Amino acid sequence: MLEIFIFATLNGIVTGLLLFMLASGLTLIFSMMGILNFAHASLYMLGAYFAYSVSIRLGFWSGLIIAPIIVGVLGALVERYGLRQVHKSGPVAELVFTFGLAFLIEEAIQFFWGRDTKNYQQPEILDFALFTLFGQEFSAYRGFMIFISVAIFIGLYYTLTKSRIGIIIQAAITHPHTVANLGHNVPLIFMCVFGAGSALAGLAGVIAGPVLTTFPGMSAVLGSIVFVIIVIGGLGSLAGAFIASLMIGLLQSYAIASNVGMPDLLNLLGISFERSHPLNDLWTITLPQIAPILPFLLLVLVLVFRPSGLLGKRE
Amino acid sequence: MLKKLSLWIVFGLLLLVLPSLFTSILAISILNQMTIAIIFALSYNMLLGQGGMLSFGHAVYFGLGGFMAVHALKMIEFETIYISVLLIPLVGGLFGLLAGIFIGSFSTRKAGTVFTMISLGIGELIAACSLIFSDFFGGEAGISGDRTFGPLFFGVDFAQDVEVYYLAAGWVFIATVFMYLFTQTPAGRMANAVRDNPERAEFIGYSARRVRFISFCAAGLFAGIAGGLFAMNYEFITEENLNAVTSGRVLLMTYIGGLGYFIGPIIGAIVLTLMNSLLSNYTELWLLYLGSMFVLTVMFLPRGFAGFIMMHQAAWVHGKLKVLMLPYIITGVPALISAMGVVAMIEMSYTEEEAFHYLGFTFTSSSLISWVIIITVTAMAVFATRKSLAQLKYAWEEANAPVVTQEERR
Repeated sequence: MLEIFIFATLNGIVTGLLLFMLASGLTLIFSMMGILNFAHASLYMLGAYFAYSVSIRLGFWSGLIIAPIIVGVLGALVERYGLRQVHKSGPVAELVFTFGLAFLIEEAIQFFWGRDTKNYQQPEILDFALFTLFGQEFSAYRGFMIFISVAIFIGLYYTLTKSRIGIIIQAAITHPHTVANLGHNVPLIFMCVFGAGSALAGLAGVIAGPVLTTFPGMSAVLGSIVFVIIVIGGLGSLAGAFIASLMIGLLQSYAIASNVGMPDLLNLLGISFERSHPLNDLWTITLPQIAPILPFLLLVLVLVFRPSGLLGKRE
Repeated sequence: MLKKLSLWIVFGLLLLVLPSLFTSILAISILNQMTIAIIFALSYNMLLGQGGMLSFGHAVYFGLGGFMAVHALKMIEFETIYISVLLIPLVGGLFGLLAGIFIGSFSTRKAGTVFTMISLGIGELIAACSLIFSDFFGGEAGISGDRTFGPLFFGVDFAQDVEVYYLAAGWVFIATVFMYLFTQTPAGRMANAVRDNPERAEFIGYSARRVRFISFCAAGLFAGIAGGLFAMNYEFITEENLNAVTSGRVLLMTYIGGLGYFIGPIIGAIVLTLMNSLLSNYTELWLLYLGSMFVLTVMFLPRGFAGFIMMHQAAWVHGKLKVLMLPYIITGVPALISAMGVVAMIEMSYTEEEAFHYLGFTFTSSSLISWVIIITVTAMAVFATRKSLAQLKYAWEEANAPVVTQEERR
């Protein structure tokens, strides 16, 4: 029991931190430009594919650096030549544009790399067990994932709150006109933030690719969950996104690892139903089964009862 | 009034005549898909175009309506209920409406991002549920029924696709009329007002939430009708019909066709259905082209195809449309050639065969000369398009210049 719990916790933290890498860029872009970037998970997928292509030629570590840069530049180009044009047509058009972009990126990936799963491997140097607990191994690569995500969280937090660039960015979020009057190029800042957010998504893709498999559906796996996170954490709140990422990661991990379900509850209550009961599906449901829907249930509940999320200031 | 009425009569006649013009099995199946898509896209436009509510989960109502319709077909088959299959779309619509009332009761409280996110969450929730509750949804395989049971309608048992077409055409006509009439009701007008400025609407005494709720329920009803027609046409329905793919597709249709114009979603539905069934025969990459077309539409034609057509209204009224004719050809032809050139490059790099047939030409996909030819032609066409934009802009300004009337001149 204890070993299941510990491993569920560790896996939950790994998933949660990975989700945070995606959510941080997304929430940063939202707080800056008010855009919910639907293509964010597609940029993550793009990161994994670029890293795969680089890694088969130059090795994993080059991919780790080159792929996020490519994705970041792509993101900046999208902002400069796409979003800025669409911005004139209003917020709905922006949202729809990013949605179309997500669609397009997924198709483009199938065009360039094909529909099959790519054999993107973790580096050999990290291919050992970091520690063994209750006879189960915790791979070094997962430890590396935790390390990278935590480093990013600290780096991002420090940059945004302490550095000069971060202060200008924060000011540009709330008072873009004043910042522009002070002589800063606000559109350029927007472009760079969008690029940086995209690069973060790309980085998440690079390190997630070997673990979660690199295939054209990998953006759909995480795409909607990232939105759940930034909504639950509060739109635009980095700390909220961090908490919510860990929460969702752990929630899903526990739900999958647990082995309880409706039958146990009914046994406890002393109720039993025939197999032919019309609601048989409902009476035999188990927690691992509903693990995928828990985040969305949480999303709807949060939006209905507390639209500003955990730490958000606006709705 | 008479003009509008005649438009409806033409629409009705067109619906009746189409299967006599296109008689092949493929054409009938495309027509059936079109009718479903038209109702679905129009219902989506009630939300997004008229109500300003961007939904990423509209397929839920389509799918739930469809699933209930298939269950109703089964009940007719096993004689649990005794109704004509003619009413199947109504069954779908009823459950679309019920789902709309339930979900709308909490999701329409806010518009904007909150609404969008709730719709996304509900969409994912229902799609995930459909895989869990396999008794009702049939798991990944879906459920199927048979439309030929129940009381006959003047001896028609709907075994043929053409018979289903006439049923669908009837429903399309009814649904379109009602959706058009809805735009003319106070509820429909207020939906526009709430979309543009909810605060003002509240100040004159309307509850923005209530107005949104009414639009939302109506959209659910018509999406359910479309789902019921889908069930009638295909006699089966799967999880894919209520998940994000279908929700995304209806957004694409409506947006490409043109938001806000009643005719827009109809155009979008027709174009997308044609692309889906015809283009997919020629190329595996049609979704790539669809995605590109969609992104370009959002960027350069924010009001869609219908908006593009309506842009020419002023010039048309003043009889200046012919001023634009030649400039359109001068810009349009090289633009078309460059688009075809880009498509040729994409297709040629994708194909695995040596000989690449394209628009009557045959290229060798591995030879350098073929590539040089295509790239040169495309580059020249792009250059010509760019050069010709100036004269198009000039002609556009001339066509839309304010008309100086005789009286003003004096």
